[in-house]
Formats: sequence, structure tokens, C-alpha cells
Amino acid sequence: MSSALQAFLRLFRTSPAADPLSGPAPGEERIKRRSSGLAEFGRRIAGEQPLNILDLGPTSPANIAYLTGLGHKVYNEDVLLASADPDLLTTGEDGKPAINVAEFLNSNLRYEREQFDAVLCWDTADYMPEILVKPMVDRIHLVTRPGASVLSFFHTKDAGPAAPYYRYHIIGPEMLDLQAVWKPGSNPRNRGPMFRLQRIFQNRHVENLFRDYASLKFFLARDNVREIIVVR
Amino acid sequence: MESVKFGQADGAHIGKSVLIKGELSGSEDLYVDGEVEGRIELGAHNLAIGPNGRVHANVQARDVTIHGKVQGNIIAGERVELKSSASVVGDIVTGRIIVEEGAFFKGSIDIQRESASRAAEPRPAATAAAATPAQASLISK
Repeated sequence: MSSALQAFLRLFRTSPAADPLSGPAPGEERIKRRSSGLAEFGRRIAGEQPLNILDLGPTSPANIAYLTGLGHKVYNEDVLLASADPDLLTTGEDGKPAINVAEFLNSNLRYEREQFDAVLCWDTADYMPEILVKPMVDRIHLVTRPGASVLSFFHTKDAGPAAPYYRYHIIGPEMLDLQAVWKPGSNPRNRGPMFRLQRIFQNRHVENLFRDYASLKFFLARDNVREIIVVR
Repeated sequence: MESVKFGQADGAHIGKSVLIKGELSGSEDLYVDGEVEGRIELGAHNLAIGPNGRVHANVQARDVTIHGKVQGNIIAGERVELKSSASVVGDIVTGRIIVEEGAFFKGSIDIQRESASRAAEPRPAATAAAATPAQASLISK
């Protein structure tokens, strides 16, 4: 293949989110983008005072390094992974499989009242089973102090079952590195995302979800994601 | 798999078929590739938990390197390193932390260089206990 053709083809490999099945092999996709929500979040956690910050995404070395580098105490809990625990499955009143919400709250997000100054919620609500979303948001309300900031992302468009699930790594005051995560398996092209997008929240739904909080500030990102700073 | 250097030649070594229940304290580096339930106190010495290591214990040492699983709180005077195969559930207080891509962590990380160093200084009782595991029972599996 000529070098000119290779260079031409490379132009189309710069945005794997557009077509997750034809981009780089799963596990290699990394997208760096600016985040206005993160920039606002960063401004709100800036200062000399060490804060308690809860990261609800998968363990990210970058986030731990960044936040501890600012002098904050970091708590990490992958709630989405926890929500997929088979031990949470029970049988509902209708005889169908159901998720035991009480058990989920018994073993996750167990902190003291008003313990946190800030929470990185990322897009967990979009991927989490619906029955757990409101209890999770209510629990976050319980464990954050008044005035605390919650950074949350919501998709604006249903990209279908192949929509990638991303881990979010903070690589600067307003820069994110998005790493697609795929199900483990021998055939990487057919594995599908680690978690499937469950729904699209409209603005009204988001406002209802956080109705007990003091305020919401929306930022529209370029990749069909709304970034929201919620103030407790 | 990356080898864990210290502990195998220089310090004490708990092999993967060993289960210890109780309190482990010592004045040399320790490599744990077996199972420990209880408490580990190494003062100013280092702890490495191998890929087969499963620790259900609160841990205190100077440097703590984890390849295996830990459920418990960790206080390290200098450094905690979570290798890619590590799984840690507990709270960490340390002067510095290194987390490799792929490591699983649930808990809190508090970077407190001075207080962590102080906490890692060997206590007189721990120094006196030295070398041999105290109040520990070894059970071959």
C-alpha cells in the first residue's frame, strides 16, 4: 500500500467513536477531548483545603494521580461494575428476575452523611439498571455536603447497542482521555461494549432525577453528551 | 509475569500453600504469596504481596507492593504500588501511590507523607517481636 493511501486512511481512524466496529482494536481506542464540565468541576475543587472526592468510575490511575496531586483525598468505587453483581439478582413479585435494590445499597455507597465535597459520577446513570439510578442519586445526595459538586454525563442520542462504554481519565484541568472498554472474549471485533447504554435521559428527566439538589448547570459536549454540574 | 524480587532472597517468604491467621510482625522484608488473615506490621520494612497472595488484614509497612488481593486498610510510610493484577478493597494512607492500569481499587487514598512516615516507624513492641511471627498460626492447606 502506498504511503499516501496509508496517510489518507489514517485520517479516518481519528474518531473511533463514530464507528466503534471499524476503529482500532478494542482496548486501544483512546479519545482525548476537552470537557467544559470537568473544567467547571476543577474550578469548584480548587483551593488549599484538602477535599474528599468520590470517583464512581472504574479505577483510573490518572484520576487518582491527578486528584491526589491536588492534595485531595480520593475515594474510588466502581458502582456500575457493582450493579452487575449476579448476587444482586433476585426474583420479583411477578416471578421475573429483578435486582435487589436494598442489597445494592447495603454493599455500595456506604459512607457517612455529608462526607464528600465532590463526586465524579461520569455517565454511570446511562448504563446502570433503571431501578438503581434514583436510589444511587439519592444516596449521593445523602453522602455529600451542601454545596458539593457532582459531575455527571448523559448521552443525548442513543447510539445503539454497539455504543462504546468509556472509562474517563482526567489528563488535565479540562482534558479527558476516553478509553473504550469491551467485554472480554477471544474475538475482539464481536465482543461488544462492557456495558450497554440503557436509556437516554431528557433534560426534564435529569432535572427530576436531581430535584433534591440545589442547582444544575448543563454543558453540551461535541460527542452527543451533556455534561452536568449538579450542586448539592 | 513480572517477578517480585525482594522477599524471595532477602526477606521472609510465605509461600502460596500457606495460610496464616493472626498477627504478623517483623524487622525484615516480607513476601506473601499465600493467605494471611489478621494483621501485618513491618515497621520500616517492605511488604510485597505476590500474584497468588490473598491478604485479609490491615497492613503497615514502609513500601507495599501488591500483585494479588488485599482486603483491609494499608498504611505505608513511603509508597504503595498497585500492580495491574492487584485487587484492593480498603483505605490507603501513604506518602506516594502508583496504580498500574488494570488494577482494581475500592476504598480511599489519603496522601499524607509525614503522618504516614510516622505511622510506619517501628514501634518498640513490634521491634521486640521481630523476625518470628507472633500470635500466628500456620495452617498448611
